[in-house]
Amino acid sequence: MNKLNATTRAREAGRLDRAPVPDATVLIRAAQLLDPRSGLDQPGDLLVRDGEIAEIGAPGSLQAPEGAEIVEAEGLHAFPAFVDPHVHLRTPGREDEEDVETGTRSAAAGGYCAILAMPNTDPVVDSAPILRSLRERARAEARIPTGFTASITVGMQGERLTEMAELADAGAAAFTDDGLPVRSAGIMRHALRYQQLSGCVLALHEEDPTLSDGGVMHEGEVSAVLGLAGIPSVSESTMVARDCELAGYEDGRIHVQHVSARRTVEVLERAKAAGVKVTAEASPHHLLLTDDAVRSLDTHFKMNPPLRTEDDRQALIDGLRAGVLDCIATDHAPHSREEKEEPFELAPMGVTGLESAFAAIHTDLVLPGVLDLGLVVERMTAGMEPFGLVVPTLAKGAQANVCLVDLNAVWEVGEAGYESRSANCAFGGRRLTGRVRITIAAGAVAFRERSFAIEAVR
Amino acid sequence: MRRHLLSIDGLSREDIERILRRAESFAEVSGREIKKVPTLRGRTVVNLFYESSTRTSSSFELAAKRLSADLVSIKAQGSSVDKGESLKDTVQTLSAYDPAAIVIRSPNVGAAALVARWTRASVINAGDGKHEHPTQALLDLYTLRRRTGTLDGLRVWIVGDVLHSRVARSGVLAFARMGCKVTVCGPPTLIPRGIEALGCEVRHTLDELGEADVIYTLRMQQERMQGTLVPSLREYAARYQINGRRLGSGQLLMHPGPVNRGVELSAEVIDSPQALIAEQVESGVVVRMAVLYELLTAGQGGGPAAGQRLPSDEPTERQPA
Repeated sequence: MNKLNATTRAREAGRLDRAPVPDATVLIRAAQLLDPRSGLDQPGDLLVRDGEIAEIGAPGSLQAPEGAEIVEAEGLHAFPAFVDPHVHLRTPGREDEEDVETGTRSAAAGGYCAILAMPNTDPVVDSAPILRSLRERARAEARIPTGFTASITVGMQGERLTEMAELADAGAAAFTDDGLPVRSAGIMRHALRYQQLSGCVLALHEEDPTLSDGGVMHEGEVSAVLGLAGIPSVSESTMVARDCELAGYEDGRIHVQHVSARRTVEVLERAKAAGVKVTAEASPHHLLLTDDAVRSLDTHFKMNPPLRTEDDRQALIDGLRAGVLDCIATDHAPHSREEKEEPFELAPMGVTGLESAFAAIHTDLVLPGVLDLGLVVERMTAGMEPFGLVVPTLAKGAQANVCLVDLNAVWEVGEAGYESRSANCAFGGRRLTGRVRITIAAGAVAFRERSFAIEAVR
Repeated sequence: MRRHLLSIDGLSREDIERILRRAESFAEVSGREIKKVPTLRGRTVVNLFYESSTRTSSSFELAAKRLSADLVSIKAQGSSVDKGESLKDTVQTLSAYDPAAIVIRSPNVGAAALVARWTRASVINAGDGKHEHPTQALLDLYTLRRRTGTLDGLRVWIVGDVLHSRVARSGVLAFARMGCKVTVCGPPTLIPRGIEALGCEVRHTLDELGEADVIYTLRMQQERMQGTLVPSLREYAARYQINGRRLGSGQLLMHPGPVNRGVELSAEVIDSPQALIAEQVESGVVVRMAVLYELLTAGQGGGPAAGQRLPSDEPTERQPA
């Protein structure tokens, strides 16, 4: 394990890319500073100088260096900026739905300072030249540091391993066939053994295709009533159980993507207790919505894995609280409007979520007192840790990854459009409380809310 | 009356009673030598069928013609649908002709509800995937009530492939709404988990079939047998076929057609006087006339009151900014 960590950490610096931007010098005055990792939770000034957190002090105590931007932030919260290990940038192949620029702009608007992009593009990111070309593009277009994952199997066909050692040297952030499961236990085992060479975590979309076969929503009362083919919870939990067994046997490291079912949380809990090196993520839509929403047949509630029952949702919340689920990841999945305007069974799976993730969770889980704000911030900033990448923190000397949030601002999702090129957000039209005002990513201002910017000028 | 007929789920008992009464009055017209009334003269009905259908499409055609409506029938085959036109574009194109009603049959759940968002016409669901087939359920109610006089308290068993059946879903809802006690029965692999939520009980054997007043058998689709859902047609027929031995003397038998003789039903019961199968087909026309009449004429003179509209009638499409 130490050896693996050492390898990944050594590679960290070279695995995230973004367009060149000047380092920021910003004085944030009198914000409520909250960093659950360092135990920071108090009003204070925070000075970012040349991209680093230079000073943290009592409200009104810090002087702005010459040329610094001053942000009067009384009444606002400053968090470590969020990270998202699960984003679809649709590039290459579907740039009409998203590209590196719009996807990272969308992330910055949601308060994110780093993301990982999934490789299920066209072509699939399964060779070093494709990975290198994407990284080059990110160095020209990405608003925030972006890592690219490569596929576990060639073309995501589930048959042959990709050249994982070369891909790792070329800067793959992790390996995943996200969108599809690795059907064969044998291939999965080879990938886990080969991990000793690549040093990269395997991120897994868990689904037994013989159980989910043709399903378009959760299998249960709602699917029975609607006559829609169901995806049973066991389609996910049995594959997670299989892969935890394999990871334990091979001493490999796996990350389970978008956990949706109570049974899966229970499998993960047992595996973690048994010492398996497994981490897991939950998405805002699975934490906040259930299959009841599908009664509307609104395709903005169609995703894979599907929205499940209230009991599953409660298990995810409990799992997140207990740390069985390590982080929140959006699975931001842009789709074109015409594709989502098809009947439910024909529409593609997936919803966007970068811009609404924090506000939705804040509105539906923090404000009603279900989850503590600090815990939510911790889980929204923990998503890169399994991959040995950025863990943002508000500490002197750290690279500045900060988001400034107005927890009282009420807004309607999509009312002013989206930074994302697609509009298929599961929370579209919802009135949410909590709005990101400024995002500083890796030392540079990556997002500034427009109305806020105008006020700041005044 | 509501503007669309998208599902039985959206109908109250009053709504159903009104349609059945209206169908009774049209039955009288059907007895005449000239079977036509001028009710919908000058108005257009579009039949949009994305799946093959004989009885549903032909009975809708006849119903529209007997009400003197102009009729446009479109089958997916040979139309612009074949050329990859989306449902939305097809519906918007047809809506340009300002039809009074669009009757849609689609292999996809929720297709009729989608069409209702995209057109000003009244939309009638003639079957949307495995979801609902409301006019079939209405004609079943009509047929059964003509035989029994009342529906309240009848025990109805729906037997067969419930998993893939829109007839079963609409049937359970409709029979239950009219006061029947509904049981669905079939092999566990053809009964979806959670189906009780529709308002029915579940049995996996015919052991208690004797309690039924009405046995409603579903078509066993040959193409479903290629999977692993049922070991063989032979085993299915042995366990679930309604035959002379299983059909009690006081029980009525229904089937939405077309029948697989020798699979879900044996020849002797199909031809028995207890079978309502031919009456079901006959009822199709008058019930669909009644549906067209209720949807297209009730709104005249002010339109449907807002309070009468279904939530699903309301445009709910998101408008991405």
